[in-house]
Amino acid sequence: MRLDTLTNSIGEWLRGTGPDSDIVMSSRVRLARNLAQFPFVSRATEQDRADTERVLRERIAAVPVGRELDYIDVGHLAEIDRRFLVERQLISREHADAQGARGVAIDRLEQVSLMINEEDHLRIQCMHSGLDLHGAWEQIKVVDDQIERVVSYAFHPRWGYLTACPTNVGTGIRVSVMLHLPALVITRQIDKVFRSLHKISLAVRGLYGEGSQAMGDFYQISNQTTLGRTEDELVQQVADVVPVLIDYERRARDFLVRETQQNVHDQVSRAYGILRTAQTISNEETMQLLSRVRMGVLLGLIGDVKLSDINSLLIRTQPAHLQKLRGGDEDSSDDIERARYLRHHFEGGDSQSRASAN
Amino acid sequence: MKCQQCDNPAVFHITELEAGNVREVHLCEEHARVYLNQSEGGEGGDSGDPGAGEGKGSKGGTLAGSLGVGQTAEDLAILDKRCCDMCGITFFEFRNQGRLGCPHDYLQFEKELDPLIANIHGATEHTGRRPSRPVPAGAGDAGSGTDGLTAIIGLRRGMKEAISREDYESAKDARDAIRAIEDAWMPPAAKAGEENA
Repeated sequence: MRLDTLTNSIGEWLRGTGPDSDIVMSSRVRLARNLAQFPFVSRATEQDRADTERVLRERIAAVPVGRELDYIDVGHLAEIDRRFLVERQLISREHADAQGARGVAIDRLEQVSLMINEEDHLRIQCMHSGLDLHGAWEQIKVVDDQIERVVSYAFHPRWGYLTACPTNVGTGIRVSVMLHLPALVITRQIDKVFRSLHKISLAVRGLYGEGSQAMGDFYQISNQTTLGRTEDELVQQVADVVPVLIDYERRARDFLVRETQQNVHDQVSRAYGILRTAQTISNEETMQLLSRVRMGVLLGLIGDVKLSDINSLLIRTQPAHLQKLRGGDEDSSDDIERARYLRHHFEGGDSQSRASAN
Repeated sequence: MKCQQCDNPAVFHITELEAGNVREVHLCEEHARVYLNQSEGGEGGDSGDPGAGEGKGSKGGTLAGSLGVGQTAEDLAILDKRCCDMCGITFFEFRNQGRLGCPHDYLQFEKELDPLIANIHGATEHTGRRPSRPVPAGAGDAGSGTDGLTAIIGLRRGMKEAISREDYESAKDARDAIRAIEDAWMPPAAKAGEENA
């Protein structure tokens, strides 16, 4: 697969059309699996890693997983291409930075990704747009079952699926939703929400790892434990809490509109104005402003921007995406290029943005 | 804003929730990595996972590091030297990295892992999905598990060592044993693909 073909498309999970996609950006399920006959990745020799990669790549190619998959040899990718895959959430940062034979198989919609030789031999991920944890779980089950026909996963009757880190043992499942919670941040209720999630053993993380509010009010909620409950129960544990969070965020948005409409409208309009006219802008500021504009679109305060556009910009204004979009232009800095890209994107929004885009 | 540990700009703003208290930590990327490795639980990131940065773990590491509590230094020193018959990892190495070396470690260090896993998950029994493929008869003492197949890891290591000391007889025995296990265990499609391994 040529990565350049991905540059001009966006993943299915960014469509912004699934259930409750005003708040739930995406739903993701991943399974950690290891082959029984090889050491775990951190203990594997170069030869072990190469053998594991080859065995998994060949077997995965030989079974139908419900989707046509393209295989990317991550071990031989340039750094910018590895970063690009991280930004698209198709591989993890650790997978990008690791050494030795490794790869990822992905489908054209970017819903399914299978990382080979990450922390575990195999990490299967299914990501859907909006709130669709059950859909993602049903899909990943098919992939897992198909692969299990042709490999022997490391399994112990009492411990379940054996993983390199004991934090993943048992089901090896991580169920997560990515939520956009700007109103809870603005009304300063977000900490209270996090505290209550922590009490019920759910983890909260930011969009790309652990930086949180600075990354535009996007948060991931996921299960922390993987043993002692069935996969269905763990999916349900996360699924149960999401409607509550959606309700809190909607109420906070209603409150903002009702009580501080002028102020909110001003914040959103300023954010939109900066994005359309800035000459240089950091990644962090872009995320923060896109978050506000996204809320503005959903509150009906901005009429001419599509949700999927904002979702897509959140990814396309990341450093590796920008660098790929601009080709080999090394003279221009990321921040200048990002501002130019945003101006160009919003060109046509009104006469002022058209004038400043050039 | 500057990193609380150095003069670089803080790019990670972490809100820690500890026993009902909220604490904010502002760090540069490098210090955030160290901090999160010390304090955050596995995957985060699902680091391991794309996007989310499931932060990789180190709840396992931290807990593994604290396993020594309640043991005498002497007990711990003995425990630390124990190593896996298959992959050769010592318990000390596991305590240090928070990552196990191979599937057999779960049997080799079962007694030590039991309280650690109970601590992490609040449970010690898997109740989820199980592989549907039957396990060969006489697969060893792991019952319906795959430890019989994991024995290949030890045999492969032994074969390599035998070759390095030019003991080709032992190397051949190990190779034959590996083939016998593969014949008994591997799914048909798997064996065909394994020929070149």
